[in-house]
Amino acid sequence: MKITGAQALIRALEMERVETIFGLPGGCILPAYDPLLDSPIRHILVRHEQGAGHMAEGYAHVTGRPGVCLVTSGPAATNMVTPLMDAYMDSIPMVCITGQVPTTAIGTDAFQECDTVGITRSTTKHNELVMTAQDLPMAVRQAFHIATTGRPGPTLIDVPKDVLTNSMDWYWPSDEEVIDSLPGYRPTTKGDPALIKEAAKLILASERPVLYAGGGILKARAAEALRELAELTGIHVVTTLMARGAFPDDHPLCLGMPGMHGNATAVTAMQRSDLLVALGARFDDRITGKIPAFAPEAKVIHVDIDPAEQGKVRKPDVPIVGDCKLVIEELIKAIKDLLQGGSTQADIGAWKSRISGWQEQFPLHYEPSEPGEALKPQFCLEQLRDNAPEGTILVSGVGQHQMWSSQYWKFNEPYTWVNSGGLGTMGFSVPAAIGAKVGQPDRTVWAVDGDGCFQMTAQELVTASVERIPIKVAILNNSYLGMVRQWQEMFYEERYSEVYLSPEVPDFVKWAEAMGCVGIRVDSPEEVQPAIDKANSVDDRPVVVDFRVDAREKVFPMVPAGFSNDDLLLPGTQQANRGALK
Amino acid sequence: MSDINHHILSVLVQNRPGVLARVSGLFARRGYNIFSLAVAPAEQEGFSRITIVVDLESASLEQIVKQLFKLIEVVKISELDPRSSVERELLLATISATGDERGQVVELVNIFEGKILAVGVDAITVSLDGFPDKLDDFVELLTEYGIVEMQRTGRVALPKLQRHLERQIERKAT
Repeated sequence: MKITGAQALIRALEMERVETIFGLPGGCILPAYDPLLDSPIRHILVRHEQGAGHMAEGYAHVTGRPGVCLVTSGPAATNMVTPLMDAYMDSIPMVCITGQVPTTAIGTDAFQECDTVGITRSTTKHNELVMTAQDLPMAVRQAFHIATTGRPGPTLIDVPKDVLTNSMDWYWPSDEEVIDSLPGYRPTTKGDPALIKEAAKLILASERPVLYAGGGILKARAAEALRELAELTGIHVVTTLMARGAFPDDHPLCLGMPGMHGNATAVTAMQRSDLLVALGARFDDRITGKIPAFAPEAKVIHVDIDPAEQGKVRKPDVPIVGDCKLVIEELIKAIKDLLQGGSTQADIGAWKSRISGWQEQFPLHYEPSEPGEALKPQFCLEQLRDNAPEGTILVSGVGQHQMWSSQYWKFNEPYTWVNSGGLGTMGFSVPAAIGAKVGQPDRTVWAVDGDGCFQMTAQELVTASVERIPIKVAILNNSYLGMVRQWQEMFYEERYSEVYLSPEVPDFVKWAEAMGCVGIRVDSPEEVQPAIDKANSVDDRPVVVDFRVDAREKVFPMVPAGFSNDDLLLPGTQQANRGALK
Repeated sequence: MSDINHHILSVLVQNRPGVLARVSGLFARRGYNIFSLAVAPAEQEGFSRITIVVDLESASLEQIVKQLFKLIEVVKISELDPRSSVERELLLATISATGDERGQVVELVNIFEGKILAVGVDAITVSLDGFPDKLDDFVELLTEYGIVEMQRTGRVALPKLQRHLERQIERKAT
């Protein structure tokens, strides 16, 4: 049957069971928008293409299904570069379709032409310029296959305008045809049994083990397997920024977030351990601190689906390439076999009491404000948390508010935390929250944002209002680029350079109202509860709460960049007792 | 040219637009150094073989290989040990040679078993193929006559047939 390339593209997306597309039309992609009118796919019209990208990421984060974007050529494609890179760094499955000038005009510097495939080559897992309409179904199938298998990531299909308007004979490639067309792409999912057995022995022999859970646990849908492994062995779990929620914060074995702003116990447990079991984690510099000083006595079991992560930063003693869920399940079996065969687990009792000692001595801490003093951002987060309905999804931007969100929220369920971890993209929160709400419409979605971040992508609240996507936004507004301010205070002798944002401009309440949202301003601690109650009661439009918080507040604990995790800076009076972190 | 930190990778790739840009882009982005690179269609239709001589001062060979494997179009990578592979490189050079010097250059070309491709009034163009070290020696001897222009291809290599000592690092589907 002859159809146009545009019809084939939309039909291919339907065949891939795409329900929602985030996009914005323009010249070269125009032909694809016509058959979209007759398609059951929901299209969400964004106000800036970057917003479409982050929405697709938020959607993918909470559903586990690839987020899909449709934008035009040139500036639209370049606007997608940031979300593509963000998705690449955080292994988010995403498929982006960009328009391109007609094949006859490629290379002529035509209107709205850019080398999209060249520009996005290093920001995607794979990209492809499709040169004939007949190739479109296979290109779409390959893009979804690559984005969602192995280590997930973003893919991009660049489609020239004449490829969309030309006709083709419809076909739909089989799974085998897709796999045969990609002879160089065979992700390893099943771990090596011999190495798994070796890992099981190491785990049973270890006296100071830590399970180091990364974002790969969530990508592999391995949260339950992780819990079973932890409970079987009684080993504590740290959950990295990308893995918050992968292991419940209210579980007695949960140590929470390690790293630069991790809690003292999580950081120190890794530092003093004799065995790190890294599960879908990549030894990011924000976790390790100064690499030669990181966990100096620890052996390392590294489970990762990406072979290139093995040994990239830290040489593993047992490298296991495979899907986290499959490997952990096999690891559990191997441990049970060893135990049934008469092996015993080393005594980890002394280690566990050291850990609980640290937990008692070094809890997260901030000084609550005295009456009349400025509002504390941590207090706002605690109140938001305590008033959040079950299953609430938290989406943050990047900076101090992100770290406080990760620290003070309680993530007891996987896929309830969405943030930009690897790339650290300011402006991520509002559009990602919209995407998350589209993916999980029955859940409350709170975007926690900074005033700096909010001003980068706030226009997407227009999208949210018009499309009736009632997210809630809490701006922790300290009128500063807070994290930069913190570094300038601590490491640049309080010389504040270009970090002060005008506190009265914009008026966030008026801005919110102008975008069709409810706007609420909160200046004092007493106003916090009523504001949250009001925000929680609105479910027909977005809400923006402008919390005016203390600009002097800093994120602690903190490992200064380039320092060892042993040089952790602690809040207030805890610093004096830091000798106990031995 | 010292070979101490140089390793030869023979990379079989799907012959698709942009594949060379992906490989060279990866090296640039990760800070790996390419000493030489040669690419041409392989025996199988639809595939090309890229012979890359990498400089290992910048990164471990293992990381380079693993990162290369992440490229979707890379099908197979072999590290070729110089002791168990055959290597060749081709050189074209135009050497200024007048009068007596011409005879000396021709003699050198004959000793090295090169070929004379063109003769002009005051210069001759020659070709030589062989092991890269041989080409180095040839170039050194020609320098005193004055090399007007020179182009080397970079080395290409395949494993030796008799002794299968080449270390096959990993093998994806073929």
